[in-house]
Amino acid sequence: MNGRTGAYVPGASPLHRLPAGAKLAGLAVVCTALVLLRSPFALGGAAVVTAGLYALSRVGVAAAWAQVRPVRWFAVALFALQWVFVGVEGAAVTTLRVVVAVALAGLVTITTRTSEMMAVLERLMAPARLVGLDPFRLSLLLSLTIRTVPVLADLAGRVRDAQRARGVERSLRAFAVPLVVGALRHADALGEALSARGLDD
Amino acid sequence: MIEFADVRVRLGERDVLRGVTASLGERRIGVVGANGSGKSTLARLINGLALPTSGTVTVLGLDTRRQAAKIRREVGFLFTDPDAQIVMPTVAEDVAFSLRRHRLPREEADRRVAEVLGRYGLAGHADHPAHHLSGGQKQLLALCSVMVLEPRVIVMDEPTTLLDLRHSRQVAELLRELPQQVVVVTHDLPLLAGFDRVLVLDEGRVVADGVPEEAIGHYRKLMA
Ligand SMILES: Nc1ncnc2c1ncn2[C@@H]1O[C@H](COP(=O)(O)OP(=O)(O)OP(=O)(O)O)[C@@H](O)[C@H]1O
Ligand SMILES: [Mg+2]
Repeated sequence: MNGRTGAYVPGASPLHRLPAGAKLAGLAVVCTALVLLRSPFALGGAAVVTAGLYALSRVGVAAAWAQVRPVRWFAVALFALQWVFVGVEGAAVTTLRVVVAVALAGLVTITTRTSEMMAVLERLMAPARLVGLDPFRLSLLLSLTIRTVPVLADLAGRVRDAQRARGVERSLRAFAVPLVVGALRHADALGEALSARGLDD
Repeated sequence: MIEFADVRVRLGERDVLRGVTASLGERRIGVVGANGSGKSTLARLINGLALPTSGTVTVLGLDTRRQAAKIRREVGFLFTDPDAQIVMPTVAEDVAFSLRRHRLPREEADRRVAEVLGRYGLAGHADHPAHHLSGGQKQLLALCSVMVLEPRVIVMDEPTTLLDLRHSRQVAELLRELPQQVVVVTHDLPLLAGFDRVLVLDEGRVVADGVPEEAIGHYRKLMA
């Protein structure tokens, strides 16, 4: 499973097969609708439908949970605050709105290949060309970010192990310096590899 | 054909290569030498990642200084650290990324990606995140991303340094089967068995150049 990066989880479900553009457009429409919905029952319904879509995608419970996990404490705090200020009904509406929107965005991410997402983003960002930005480079940035997260996580793990091996347990400097040096070296090597793979032409 | 004509490279205060002249036409060429002797620089000159301070490097008749983009289409480069050359999150996407500028129809691109992944034993990993592969599998993926473009020359800078014995042997075997001209920089001397020619670099100069046994013998003496 791919919980750690929140990236694509392979599959052959109808959601996986839907074109990336359709999914992104659908997401935009549904998020707008979520803002307009005011009844807790309607939002509860939206939550049930979202759960149904997850089931349809067959990505598994772990991958589904990984999508909303990052906002769990935020959701709890939001609910508590809203309960105090606008009552339980309003709290449920606001919290469900946020959680359902995050869950749906996550669902689009894990059922869509990064390369397909890139292609759509490139088309959407075509106007960026007018101000001198290259849409391909912008979307490549997105892929590289997703790809680099686990690489840097590994690097951080190695730096921590190296420190422990030398008996340094808790020094921010001893951690940050090699990590930054390693990250810069990686960036350098990555840039070179991109040139070698023909990004420059 | 790769030609170095009195190539010098100066980086900062250092003379990294001090006049290298060689015509490399053989199919399997190894480059060995001490740390810092200029091997990686020599390799990077071949596809224009590094440029000579003076002298010229010509690959397939093209000058690397003027036609680097064209040369990179014909020369594949495999780096030591596969993590730095895998740029897309999943295996098949990374190979497909290489084909991007060819603007192939989707089915044709998918077919070529699947074919090359199958050839190097990664077919079962097509949709897996690259970071779930082992180091050896990552190096194979990097090789797939190079091979899918069917380059005429392949340059490798220490391709087995991060690999275990089994994966090193696998790369050695693959190397023997590649139909292309291959230039390999390495400290892994057994990798060079059966090569056509080995160059020994020392402090930026070619100090020996010949069949593997002779050249490696010279290198061992140099390091003694
Ligand atoms: N950008 C740079 N600026 C200054 N010096 C550099 C630069 N890049 C490399 N060098 C120096 O050039 C010399 C040759 O480097 P090169 O990477 O070609 O050696 P190498 O033979 O590949 O070594 P190794 O076996 O360690 O990989 C080294 O002494 C290195 O410190
Ligand atoms: Mg080197």
